[in-house]
Amino acid sequence: MLRLPRFELRQPTSLGEAVTLLREEGAGAMVMAGGTDLLPNMKHELFTPRVVVSLGRVPELRGITRDPDGTLVVGAMARIAEIASSESVRKQAPALAQAAGLVAGPQLRRAGTIGGNVLLDTRCQYYNQSYFWRSALGFCLKKDGVVCHVVAGGSRCVAAASADCAPALMTLGAVLEIVGANGHRTVAIDEFWLGDGIVNRRLAVGEILVAIRIPPTPPGHRGAYGKLRERGSIDFPLLGVACRLDVGDGDRVEHGDLVLTALAARPKRIPQAASRLVSTRLGTEEFRAAIDELGALAHRQCHTLANVPGDQEWRREMIPVYVRRTLQAAAAGNGPVHHV
Amino acid sequence: MASRDIHGIDAPWGAFRHVGRDLRKVDGLAKATGAAMYTDDIALPGMLHAKTLRSPHAHARIRSIDAADALRLAGVHAVITGEHLPVTYGILPWTQDETALAVGKVRFVGEPVAAVAAVDEDAANAALKLIRVEYEPLHAYLDPFESLARHDPPIHEGRKDGNVSKHVHLAFGDVDAALAEADVVIEDDYVFHGTTHAAIEPHCAVGHYGADGVLTVWSSTQITHYVHRALARVLDVPAHRIRVIQPCLGGAFGGKSDPFSLEFVVAKLAMTTGRPVKMLYTREEVFYTHRGRHPMHMRYRTGATREGRLVGVDATIVIDGGAYSSYGLVTTYYAGQLLTGPYAFATYRFDSTRAFTNKPPCGPKRGHGSVQPRFAFEVQLDELASTLEIDPIEIRRRNLLGEHTTTVNGQRITSNGFARCLDVVEHASNWKTRHGQLPFGRGMGVAGSMYISGTNYPIYPNPMPQAAVQLKIDRSGLVTVFTGANDIGQGSNSIAQYLVAEELGLALDQVRVVSADTDLCPVDLGAYSSRETFMVGNALIDACRKVRPLVVRAVADHWQVDPSRVRFVDGVVVELDDPPLQPAGVAVGGEARPGASPPDAAAGRRWMTAAEAFQLAEARFDTLGATGAYNTPTLGGDYRGGTIGAAPAYSFTAHVVEVSVDVETGRITCEKVWIAHDCGRALNPMLVAGQMEGSAYMGVAEALMEAHGVNRFGLHAGPSLLDYRIPTTVDTPELAALIVESLDPEGPYGAKEAGEGPLHPAIPAISNAVFDAVGIRLKHLPFTPGKVLAALRARKDAAAGTPAPALAGGAR
Repeated sequence: MLRLPRFELRQPTSLGEAVTLLREEGAGAMVMAGGTDLLPNMKHELFTPRVVVSLGRVPELRGITRDPDGTLVVGAMARIAEIASSESVRKQAPALAQAAGLVAGPQLRRAGTIGGNVLLDTRCQYYNQSYFWRSALGFCLKKDGVVCHVVAGGSRCVAAASADCAPALMTLGAVLEIVGANGHRTVAIDEFWLGDGIVNRRLAVGEILVAIRIPPTPPGHRGAYGKLRERGSIDFPLLGVACRLDVGDGDRVEHGDLVLTALAARPKRIPQAASRLVSTRLGTEEFRAAIDELGALAHRQCHTLANVPGDQEWRREMIPVYVRRTLQAAAAGNGPVHHV
Repeated sequence: MASRDIHGIDAPWGAFRHVGRDLRKVDGLAKATGAAMYTDDIALPGMLHAKTLRSPHAHARIRSIDAADALRLAGVHAVITGEHLPVTYGILPWTQDETALAVGKVRFVGEPVAAVAAVDEDAANAALKLIRVEYEPLHAYLDPFESLARHDPPIHEGRKDGNVSKHVHLAFGDVDAALAEADVVIEDDYVFHGTTHAAIEPHCAVGHYGADGVLTVWSSTQITHYVHRALARVLDVPAHRIRVIQPCLGGAFGGKSDPFSLEFVVAKLAMTTGRPVKMLYTREEVFYTHRGRHPMHMRYRTGATREGRLVGVDATIVIDGGAYSSYGLVTTYYAGQLLTGPYAFATYRFDSTRAFTNKPPCGPKRGHGSVQPRFAFEVQLDELASTLEIDPIEIRRRNLLGEHTTTVNGQRITSNGFARCLDVVEHASNWKTRHGQLPFGRGMGVAGSMYISGTNYPIYPNPMPQAAVQLKIDRSGLVTVFTGANDIGQGSNSIAQYLVAEELGLALDQVRVVSADTDLCPVDLGAYSSRETFMVGNALIDACRKVRPLVVRAVADHWQVDPSRVRFVDGVVVELDDPPLQPAGVAVGGEARPGASPPDAAAGRRWMTAAEAFQLAEARFDTLGATGAYNTPTLGGDYRGGTIGAAPAYSFTAHVVEVSVDVETGRITCEKVWIAHDCGRALNPMLVAGQMEGSAYMGVAEALMEAHGVNRFGLHAGPSLLDYRIPTTVDTPELAALIVESLDPEGPYGAKEAGEGPLHPAIPAISNAVFDAVGIRLKHLPFTPGKVLAALRARKDAAAGTPAPALAGGAR
């Protein structure tokens, strides 16, 4: 078995204590939520924190509640399995519930948290490997090295955003609540990402993601998530597609959104989705034409790279198929789109 | 009684009491509750932990190794390199080309170079980083065709034939003439990509060097005996001072049937440090250790008459062997020798070449050497059927080899239930009303196969028995079985218990099995070639039939009856046939064991417990025990290599697979597999069905998901169970195990193998089902969605009259 590097484990029992600890320890500390991403990465010596601050005993980070204005407040330490099975989430944010239900496998969904999934480290076949393997390769841009093995001569890391929940949250207009030594701040999840595979999120050293706020969705809200992967469980996405359709009178689309992931460092929105979908009527030729067109658009705008394992060409070919199927699933009020 | 005796297929006491029942495995509960002791569960006083430094280069000369800093690290007890273990070894006596740690050069990324023993794994890992190795990189051969085209620098120095590991060319009859006269000839290329075993338990070994000069090695091996021999050779310790023990084992599938670096390393480090030493491989190291299924590039030409009778088969096979020989010599033969059933070939020729490459060494995986050619041939046979417009099951029937016959390459066939296997899958799957008639996107395919049930090739040529057992008959009523057989989860210890209980008329809990300990157990060659049930089973019957007459005679004389009137049933001895009426236990107080009701006791017949019978026999004949042995008859064709692939019996399998194909995503879903397997007699139908299901599961996985290879840098493409994708429960099709019992004249009660044969047809049957579903022929494994889409496009283009581009899917 691979060994975990040595570290000091701290287990604060309040948010304040956690923030203080992180301020004191600075860059030598890392936050652990469920540990399902951090610990394997530590075994691969991708991270070697001196101190690991576990949030497992911080009560403020748990639970799924609703604000008076209808905003769903999901604690960052809510388990992914809880999100997937929560009635409120399924009703108000079906795309998120579906995405959560397809994260990894059952055991990992019970251990892993929504916060941890949003903050999931980007992934690459040349990065998510043991120290020995990476040393034999000569390391890479993202860790310990200076070259990219995905894009020859590339100077920017293209490790892939691989969190299933992130694109779903983007279609829902989620807002992230963050605390740090300098206090409390909120940021729209759209504004949270960076296009850099080395670190793809704007989270300062010492900051903790506290909660995810999901604004109320209208009664006609529909959403779906499509996940491409080889196996029916465990695997990270080879492609993730989240979509939103807010449907009004006469089955007419009033708002639409489409976000793809597992392509490059950040999830990618198809900006024309809203305008192309709005005012089409579900079940009509017009709607079908719109989703076909969006599939073709997404295919043009999105490129697959050899960053995640698997057949790069096939992943690209699947973009229009999964865009179309996911939008169809949302329109029909079902989903997720998954092969098993 | 002797090792070549034939014991017959009948129950020893009239009717079977244990055989044929769905009995628990002897170690089932211990495994399920976590109580079972695996090698890694061993912890000895003062034990050190060892780790391996591995090569980062695919091919390089080692200029120097400096371990001074590592040796100075606190907690480090020893560092060894190739110079400490320079003696070569290899599973086959003709190809001893491995060393425990690299000597002079490295030949694949991940090859062991040095090893450290330290107080714990962390200290050992820290020390590895302090060892400085200077390498001179050499050209790395990642493609077998390149290896065959050039060999400067060679992968192995001093060989006459460059990078050729083994070449075999055999011809039976005039293939060229037969193909020239055939009404139809199909010719094509097929590619098997390479897969590995992915047993859940990683390799582990513990070495102990005692004050008495005895070296003990516990290892997760499936070949205790060969490890014993190899340790003696490499460590230069006499074999009688070495003891090898295989604890409970968590899966092997052929991946633990070579002697491996860690076994020599823990032994050497234990001798060097005077402390016990353990080494447990990481999952990544298991992938480098490999010995999985060889990638093969196969060209087949098959000719038939208009009626579908096979007139000739011609194969040319290039095998990617990886860096070392392992079982490669046998693989190269098996690739051709094992194809000559279940269909009769009028003429046959094969030419197979195994090339060395700078990759983890390939070896035997479940269905060694024959899964790849079987895939190619069964797909080609299906194409022949569709070309001739003959039903795919019908064309297989028209070419049945039959029973008690000889194959074109001289292999003796005894029992053969293949025709019934075809009938069974045809009926169970409703083939006649569904094949060719399902909607586009859904289809059914069939394939058949034959596999060895043991081999008469004992790896190192010797005239001694291949399997041997010893029985200790205790006055407590317990019989202890000592067998060198390796229970790797297939249930060989359980089979030993059932058979001895059956032969001696005992209850199951009166038989305990001690196995795979070279100090205690007579030699058995190990768990490979599907030999344990067949050979050890026969040895057990041989032993029981030596000792049973003594016990029966002691009881018969005591009762003063003819021995034919003494019968053992579930641990109780009863007198048969109209006995004089008298109170039970007059002579030898018949205290029945709690819960055991002596049969016919109510009728007043005389009876006693088995323990009492053993005591009578012990008093009369002294300490009771027996040995038993099995050896194969003289088998095989009369030509060089003719004994390779010769088995005392062959198993037969037919699969029907139903698939659905998503033509938009290219994804194949295997919906159901009907598996009919002729295992001779099912000694435990539940275990047979488990082997059939597990085999089919593994075959489906190799067809659709699993791929073992290196990337363009020569590094393993993904040495983890995240990236090497074995199917989860949700990826597993419905599996229907349909047992066919042909009762082999030489198997124990007629039993043959069930652990490897049932894998073969799954892969071609999927390809054939995809053809039925969407009209494309998949000839290059694995059947990825991308290949399916490419083949579908090519088919569409061909239908539209535009020339199809050359593509991987190879649709015609």
